[in-house]
Amino acid sequence: MIGWIRYLGRSGLHFFERLGRGSIFFFNVLMGLPFLFFRFRLVIQQLYVVGVLSLLIIIVSGLFVGMVLGLQGYNTLVDFGAEESLGVMVALSLVRELGPVVSALLFAGRAGSALTAEIGLMKATEQLSGMEMMAVDPMSRVVAPRFLAGVISMPLLAAIFSAIGVMGGYFVGVGLLGVDTGAFWSQMQAKISWSDDILNGVIKSVVFGVVATWIAVFEGYDAIPTSEGVSRATTRTVVHTSLAILGVDFVLTALMFE
Amino acid sequence: MSNNNKEAPLIEIRNLHFSRSGRMIFDGVDLDIPRGKVTAIMGPSGTGKTTLLRLIGGQLKPASGTINVDRHNVPELGHKELYKLRKRMGMLFQSGALLTDLSVFENVAFPVREHTKLPESMIRSLVLMKLEAVGLRGARDLMPSELSGGMARRVALARAIALDPMMIMYDEPFTGQDPISMGVLVQLIRLLNDALNMTSIVVSHDVKETMAIADYIYVISTGKVIAHGSPEELNKSDSPWVKQFIHGMPDGPVPFHYPAKDYLEDLVSGTG
Ligand SMILES: Nc1ncnc2c1ncn2[C@@H]1O[C@H](COP(=O)(O)OP(=O)(O)O)[C@@H](O)[C@H]1O
Ligand SMILES: [Mg+2]
Repeated sequence: MIGWIRYLGRSGLHFFERLGRGSIFFFNVLMGLPFLFFRFRLVIQQLYVVGVLSLLIIIVSGLFVGMVLGLQGYNTLVDFGAEESLGVMVALSLVRELGPVVSALLFAGRAGSALTAEIGLMKATEQLSGMEMMAVDPMSRVVAPRFLAGVISMPLLAAIFSAIGVMGGYFVGVGLLGVDTGAFWSQMQAKISWSDDILNGVIKSVVFGVVATWIAVFEGYDAIPTSEGVSRATTRTVVHTSLAILGVDFVLTALMFE
Repeated sequence: MSNNNKEAPLIEIRNLHFSRSGRMIFDGVDLDIPRGKVTAIMGPSGTGKTTLLRLIGGQLKPASGTINVDRHNVPELGHKELYKLRKRMGMLFQSGALLTDLSVFENVAFPVREHTKLPESMIRSLVLMKLEAVGLRGARDLMPSELSGGMARRVALARAIALDPMMIMYDEPFTGQDPISMGVLVQLIRLLNDALNMTSIVVSHDVKETMAIADYIYVISTGKVIAHGSPEELNKSDSPWVKQFIHGMPDGPVPFHYPAKDYLEDLVSGTG
């Protein structure tokens, strides 16, 4: 019993210590952002690595999620004779929830883990130390561009996910199951509000982008500089990001859609 | 003023104390690195030679003591001043620490691109000059993964001198080199030191090569400077510490064992 309490206390302390270090790190990354104003090319390179290379998995997943939504939604709505609302249902689920959340989870697995591994390996092979000794601050040269690229990519990826998902729902609902095209689109247009639905979805994905990229770059920078340390950090990135995204999503949803 | 500047050592370390994870690494170290000379810092593995270079470079902060580099006390410098000073310091890491996603040419160009606004044609000439100095102009398009250990270290050396620093720190430059690249490195260090009028600090436990190259040698062990002098002086020294180290005897005043509790007690206790 005592041992269990001691364990709880120790993990609690460890958690808060890391949270503190992570916050200081976050602050330092923000301090590195103005530097990018003059070196925007660094961000563009990372936008390619972090964003463009994540496109395929986002598009394919978005398509399937949209198709499943179309199928499930139709089966439920048809019982009430409300299959014309299929468009609204698919689009709302995607824009409010599934777009930001699922693309953030995919982002953690695809781009987040890669960021952690890359930065962790640079640390393990003394490349970061080497930069420091060349009077190049790795915080602004290596971490900040990756962070900014992640924050910019996330809402764009979520928007693409949602758009492709709506297409998927359309193929299944209208193409296969015979829902009326006009009703599908016009109901969607009428019922989805710009500020309540779309803007809130965008805010969510910006927050997720900050959280996911912050965790990824921090885990890399804080990794124990050995091969085992880097592999553990990479795993932690995916696990912690997924949990954080789902937790933050609940809080944001509660605040936005009371 | 300029005269005075020449006389004063480039680096003055006084009463340096530093510990890591509760273990004392430096316990009152004093040493001077004169300008324009090759100074060697020797000692067994794990005595803190790399740590000393990191302290000089400001990557670690001492518990107490001063580290004056060209009259700046490194531990007290702010971020900006420290980075300004580092532009004039070169450091050659044990691993080379080349940026793995850049070619040899781009690695050498890296500090130049970061710190100057030179036109591309000048960067090209500068990089080729530095690569020529280490004999690797022909390897400019290779990636770091395609280099042998000795070549990687020479590329790192070319990169370290890219901005013409006032000093360069070599961390174990000879370790793990075949005899030929060892000879090449020994020559290069001497040549660069004399031709570019730099100050060199060579950290090493390879006695023969270091004795051949150094103007002055400090031997550190168990957190203290245990001997210093020119190679000839150390060769003639009759201190048991120095003898043990220079002639490579496994045990003596410098213990073979990492500090531990009593062996017999450790075996009998059966825990930990
Ligand atoms: N990151 C670290 N954390 C804790 N202790 C370390 C770390 N790096 C090195 N040490 C310890 O500091 C001592 C000196 O290390 P180092 O300066 O690398 O020695 P040397 O370069 O002389 O072989 C070693 O005993 C090592 O155990
Ligand atoms: Mg070392």
